Amino acid sequence: MHVDGTEKKWVILSFMMAFAMMGILAAYAINKNIHPPSNVETIDSTTLHLSEEFNEDNLGIEKENDGSYRVTMVAARYGFFPHDLKVPVGQPIKFRIASADVLHGVHTANTNMNTMVVPGYISEVNTTFPKVGRFPMYCNEYCGLGHDYMWSRLNVVSMEDFEKSLKEAD
Amino acid sequence: MHAQVEASTLNMSTSESSKSTYTESVSGLCLANLWIAFITFALAAFMGLYQVAERSGLFPKIEFIELYYRSVSSHGVIMGFVLTTFFIMGFGYWISHTTLKIPLWGGKSLGWLGFLISLGGTAAAAVMLFMGEASVMYTFYPPLKANPIFYFGATFLVVGSWVWCLQMVMTMNAWKKLNVGAAVPLAMYAMTANAILWFITSLGVASEVLFQLIPWSMGWIDKIDVGLARTLFSWTLHAIVYFWLIPAYIAFYTLVPKAANGKLFSDEFSRISILMLLVFSVPIGMHHLYVDPFQDAGWKFVHMIGTFMVAIPTLITGFTVIASMEVAGRLRGGKGLFGWITALNWSNPMVLSGGLSLLMLTVGGWGGMVNASYSMDVAVHNTQWITGHFHLIFAGTTVIMYMSTAYYMWPSMTGRPLFSTKLALLQLWTWFIGMLVLTLPWHILGLLGQPRRIGVAPYSEEFTAAWGPYEFLMFVGGVILFFSAVIFVVNLLFSHFTAKAAIMPVMEYAEPMHPVLNIPKLLNGFGFWTAVIVVYMIASYGYPILQFFLMETNGTFPWSI
Repeated sequence: MHVDGTEKKWVILSFMMAFAMMGILAAYAINKNIHPPSNVETIDSTTLHLSEEFNEDNLGIEKENDGSYRVTMVAARYGFFPHDLKVPVGQPIKFRIASADVLHGVHTANTNMNTMVVPGYISEVNTTFPKVGRFPMYCNEYCGLGHDYMWSRLNVVSMEDFEKSLKEAD
Repeated sequence: MHAQVEASTLNMSTSESSKSTYTESVSGLCLANLWIAFITFALAAFMGLYQVAERSGLFPKIEFIELYYRSVSSHGVIMGFVLTTFFIMGFGYWISHTTLKIPLWGGKSLGWLGFLISLGGTAAAAVMLFMGEASVMYTFYPPLKANPIFYFGATFLVVGSWVWCLQMVMTMNAWKKLNVGAAVPLAMYAMTANAILWFITSLGVASEVLFQLIPWSMGWIDKIDVGLARTLFSWTLHAIVYFWLIPAYIAFYTLVPKAANGKLFSDEFSRISILMLLVFSVPIGMHHLYVDPFQDAGWKFVHMIGTFMVAIPTLITGFTVIASMEVAGRLRGGKGLFGWITALNWSNPMVLSGGLSLLMLTVGGWGGMVNASYSMDVAVHNTQWITGHFHLIFAGTTVIMYMSTAYYMWPSMTGRPLFSTKLALLQLWTWFIGMLVLTLPWHILGLLGQPRRIGVAPYSEEFTAAWGPYEFLMFVGGVILFFSAVIFVVNLLFSHFTAKAAIMPVMEYAEPMHPVLNIPKLLNGFGFWTAVIVVYMIASYGYPILQFFLMETNGTFPWSI
């Protein structure tokens, strides 16, 4: 078997490049705890309205005992519920999302909040929004002829405004 | 070394004369496959034109959302499954015939049987798609349900191609028995690897369709587990890309250097690249499920490692092809660091497409690093970035090589010269330019947040204000590509009516710079590597599939579109 010297160097370099990429991703995963949203948890999508967590009255944002926030959402043709969502800036937020019908996806553009919403399973995304602003939440998986129309707004507001809005709601 | 070369030349000329009638009939089988590929391609290219026009917002009168999704589904199924499968079968039969020079195992009638099974399945699926009974995209994710005939049709398309897989493997084995110890010609070795790859990877979607989609769409079972279905589909979804890509690599290794009047830089490293693609491309499909809930992050990490491993054979291929082209350029008198590039015969369609394809592979490969990344994928998942990425790598890098390979093979199949080389060059340039004008704006639209698979964008102006210019460019790119697709098909069609060549043109492959005298067994067969894949598959997909049977899951009823 004939191996050219330059070729051998290139092959070694190729391996090094691939390992470097893996190393960077592994380092971020371990040190910064950055993982893709994963949550092996089942639910019966046909009876969401009967479940405690995804009952219509219980959707929206809640403060947890440890001071972090939890958003409970339902994706259903063709919208996200609650439709208008206000969340505080710079706070750890856990999204829990279930589909009431078919496969959906939700992507808050310009943020790293992006997950598939799969009937039969509960999606979880842990994130912190660093900037105040209005962001679109798009359904990013074809879910039927109304797919284009499936979107909602996410308002990331300052802690002050967020607490004010909570008081108004009460 | 000399004796070896002479022997192989002698061998070539004797078999050439003794099997001339056999040539005629196999070229019929090849041309039938290739024409099904290219007729459906032209149809799907027209759908692509409609889709960019519809999405540009310039023609409100043609914005019919139902028609749009019917078109997107048909475009995807044809380009991804029909064009590719039929082209690869036609190319494979021709490689087997022109490199091994022995009759096809099972005879050409078995090849025709496979062709008819695939064609029947395609026709049935196409009718459903065109009637709007299967507007479920080429990924047909449940619980959206298509007419069951669509699933049956897709199954027959795949089953027909399994006949081809068997013929590739068995014909190569028959040749090895006749030529003990000799290296299987590289083109055939790589095509057989592709047949094995396709068989293994198609088992994922085949299980999904046979055990889940068909019983469920027929109403035999009420519910379907979407998590299991998506996991099985991911098994197929990534390696299928390499099934499409390997024929382009075969052209890189064996046709581009020949057309450039050069030699293949390294036969052995070409084999190693192909084997790495074979081993690493199947057990990595879960990077398509990075943001799916039902798989643990650890499994996604395992698949990410394989995903980056599979970049290595592509990097080696890049080196081998560029080195081969440099050797050709220097043989033609090119001097200095870059002089060999200008010395190459860029007016040869195969050389030109090789250069353009490598450029698209480089740009598309960079983009692919983002969606392949365990942590970065969330920024672009299911945005227009993804559509941009796979159009650049598949429709650009891969299909441009299918086109030049068709130009290259046509004279040896028809016995007639190509209708117009100039038109072929114009076609390749417009395909390249059109693809960049289409896909680079798509990458940007993805970063701006635009989701994929949307027909209109009824979102608030505050979020879509920046999209306009990129959508206009997308439309321009689509128009250029449609023009290019038309002249591609017209050129091939007219080539059936040019005057017969005085001497029957021969399909020629590049010789390696260093003739392969002793081929290690591992680089000349697939038994060991198939076993490695099976073990690797069980390790990386075993538990992720098994878990759906171990935990209590709730299925989902069918939904119409």
